[in-house]
Amino acid sequence: MAKILAGVGCSHVPAIGVAMDTGITHDDYWKPVFEGFQKSREWMKKKNPDVIFLVYNDHCTAFDARCIPTFALGCGAEFQPADEGWGPRPVPVVKNHQKMASHIAQSLVLNEFDITIMNEMEVDHGLTVPLSVMFGDIKKNDEWPVLVIPLCVNVVQYPAPTGNRCFNLGKAIRRAIESYEEDLDVIIFGTGGMSHQLQYKRAGLINSDWDKRFLDLMTEDPFGASQITHLEYLRETGSEGIEMVMWLIMRGALNDNVTEIHRHYHVPASNTAVGHIILENNE
Amino acid sequence: MTEKEYNNIPGTIVFDADRSREGYHLNQFCISLRLQKNRDTFNKNEEAYLDNFPMSKEQREAVLKRNWNLLLELGGNIYYTSKLAANDGINFQNLAGRMTGMGVDSYREMMINGGRSIEGNRDKSEWGEN
Repeated sequence: MAKILAGVGCSHVPAIGVAMDTGITHDDYWKPVFEGFQKSREWMKKKNPDVIFLVYNDHCTAFDARCIPTFALGCGAEFQPADEGWGPRPVPVVKNHQKMASHIAQSLVLNEFDITIMNEMEVDHGLTVPLSVMFGDIKKNDEWPVLVIPLCVNVVQYPAPTGNRCFNLGKAIRRAIESYEEDLDVIIFGTGGMSHQLQYKRAGLINSDWDKRFLDLMTEDPFGASQITHLEYLRETGSEGIEMVMWLIMRGALNDNVTEIHRHYHVPASNTAVGHIILENNE
Repeated sequence: MTEKEYNNIPGTIVFDADRSREGYHLNQFCISLRLQKNRDTFNKNEEAYLDNFPMSKEQREAVLKRNWNLLLELGGNIYYTSKLAANDGINFQNLAGRMTGMGVDSYREMMINGGRSIEGNRDKSEWGEN
């Protein structure tokens, strides 16, 4: 049977992708951001998963204002990196484990999570930046060393799904994955955050104390984290900090008890606090 | 309708369903600039390109004047308006420098020093606003 080994929480700042794509990761500004992922890349190599279930948000790329699904599962065979207005990132096409994705789609709906099914979808930095930071430089003509099942969450138009809903969706995803009959190792990613506000006069807001507490809760009290209100995210972590509900999907898919393998926190990457955590399921 | 609970956060416009309704054509214009062929057409003749999008006169003026804050007040969302900015060669951080009124350099400096503190920035009353 398929098995979830671990969860990864990780910011997906577009400028991190630009820094990798233009080869400036060693300069003074970016070095401290990337140093925190060295251990993660070694860990990832050692774990060598078959599939990554990657929770992220689309930034009006696959979904503009015409259609705003709260949860959309990528079920197509592959996903092209999109042109977000400055040319597509020079990274490989993302390949799905299509059979497993179909199984998850079916299982989720029967478990009363009525997701949208995407058979054609381009993917933006929200999905490719976490892959890049965790796997290192992989060029356009190479291949990602893993298959990826994408789950898009609406966090652009208020309200995003509640933290509680996301946490419970994580549990349903786990049931779906662990009822898939092939022996596959899966790692689940929750991406976005941490505190940041990109818009209007309060842009630039960072709340490091809050972020660090959230990382603590990820390890020690995930249920507590799932009860954080939208108002608290908006006020305390900036209008775009609400992306952190996506980490709760990842956390919901893990055991209550986990081992924290690694943590990294740095301010700033462009407008954003970069946060990262690796949690392994205890046997 | 009762007052929205997030309306007292200062310097913040929450892009909710009401904003989304008001800003629909403005945002659809902005997102069209994701593609190079549309950017080329827009850059050749902005007024003519804007005729394709039935937005309000105020929204149209705000686009032509690149009034970034007004665009948000009129229903624009940052992930959309940032495409207009990208077309102009302005990245997210420089756009934030403009929206905050700080200018690009002092905004960048603030971020390097840990960003805008949450203290004094939770409630409109702290900004002398209602």
